[in-house]
Amino acid sequence: MTAAPEQVDVLGVAREQVLEQGVGLSEEQVLEVLRLPDERIPELLELAHAVRMRWCGPEVEVEGIVSLKTGGCPEDCHFCSQSGQFPSPVRSAWLDIPGLVRAARQTAETGASEFCIVAAVRGPDKRLLSQVRDGIKAIREDGNDIQIACSLGMLTQEQVDELVDMGVHRYNHNLETARSHFPNVVTTHSWEERWDTLKMIRTAGMEVCCGGIIGMGETLEQRAEFAVQLAELEPDEVPLNFLIPNPGTPYENYPVVEGPEALRTVGAFRLALPRTILRFAGGRELTFGDLGAKQGMLGGVNAIIVGNYLTNLGRPAQQDLDMLTELSMPIKELSKTL
Amino acid sequence: MTSGLGAVAYCGFCGKASAEADHSACASRLGVIDPPRFCAECARRMVVQVTPAGWTATCSRHGEITSAR
Repeated sequence: MTAAPEQVDVLGVAREQVLEQGVGLSEEQVLEVLRLPDERIPELLELAHAVRMRWCGPEVEVEGIVSLKTGGCPEDCHFCSQSGQFPSPVRSAWLDIPGLVRAARQTAETGASEFCIVAAVRGPDKRLLSQVRDGIKAIREDGNDIQIACSLGMLTQEQVDELVDMGVHRYNHNLETARSHFPNVVTTHSWEERWDTLKMIRTAGMEVCCGGIIGMGETLEQRAEFAVQLAELEPDEVPLNFLIPNPGTPYENYPVVEGPEALRTVGAFRLALPRTILRFAGGRELTFGDLGAKQGMLGGVNAIIVGNYLTNLGRPAQQDLDMLTELSMPIKELSKTL
Repeated sequence: MTSGLGAVAYCGFCGKASAEADHSACASRLGVIDPPRFCAECARRMVVQVTPAGWTATCSRHGEITSAR
């Protein structure tokens, strides 16, 4: 009679592999974490928090974002209320330079070290890049030395070089979801095109910010696939969004990701990406409410977007800053890298 | 300028007449997750600019409203 093979517990393995050695979980291991029962979520979050503290430290990176060009996008990202291809109530709008300067100032006043300028476009044209250049110049002339990131869609090498020249230190370009699920979400461009832009950004020396949205009909397997595809990219930052089912989009009737599932995802992504800045982004208010946001911050997250998002509203910045104070989590200072 | 989320003829979230349907689902999002997208007086779609600390919404007929915060 032979003994039954011993069941290997994924959190036990993660404690040694991720916490002690700093090696992220594999796709199969992430999937196991995503399948953990609800009663093991506290244990998962505790481990994810320990990993974050060990490999990233206690500081929290705070960021504000603003939409420079809203709506009218030619792409068909099914989650996005800014696509011109769906009957969304979002109308096109351009933020002028004084408005951009004010938004940057409001962000800096929260103690944030990052300000991201975003445009709903396939990629920037000359007019948009010129607006970004003028905007950055005006922000600096306002005496604001906040670090500036951009998210302007897919880039050419020439555009990458131009952004470096403007002093943009980080570029956001989300892969959004697993490669195998991407064609269900976007049909007007490919996952690979996004990947190519990300590679150019990295090579040019800008920091890479790349994440996605949870809750777009992907399977747990695809969620695990996405986590390791992000890990392969080695991004400096991963913003984790939860789907906000916006009116007029193909996903308007999708269910909101439930709190426990979202917390499992947060923990799993931290265990796949032990050294990355993992940022709470859009949808957390809907998915978690106030209590869950705190649990997430104690479950592997070490960065947040404060205030409003691009077309949706967030919690007042002060509410999040108070939460960080309550959790004794210091805000990362300007110009200090994690 | 004030927020236009008070007594209204049209729902700022879905644009339908306030008296016409149940807007409880709209109310759970309006002002919490979403700024108003439709003018409360005429239901025209508004041009909305969200910023880190607030929003402005402009109706071509009835002008601009802004968030209180």
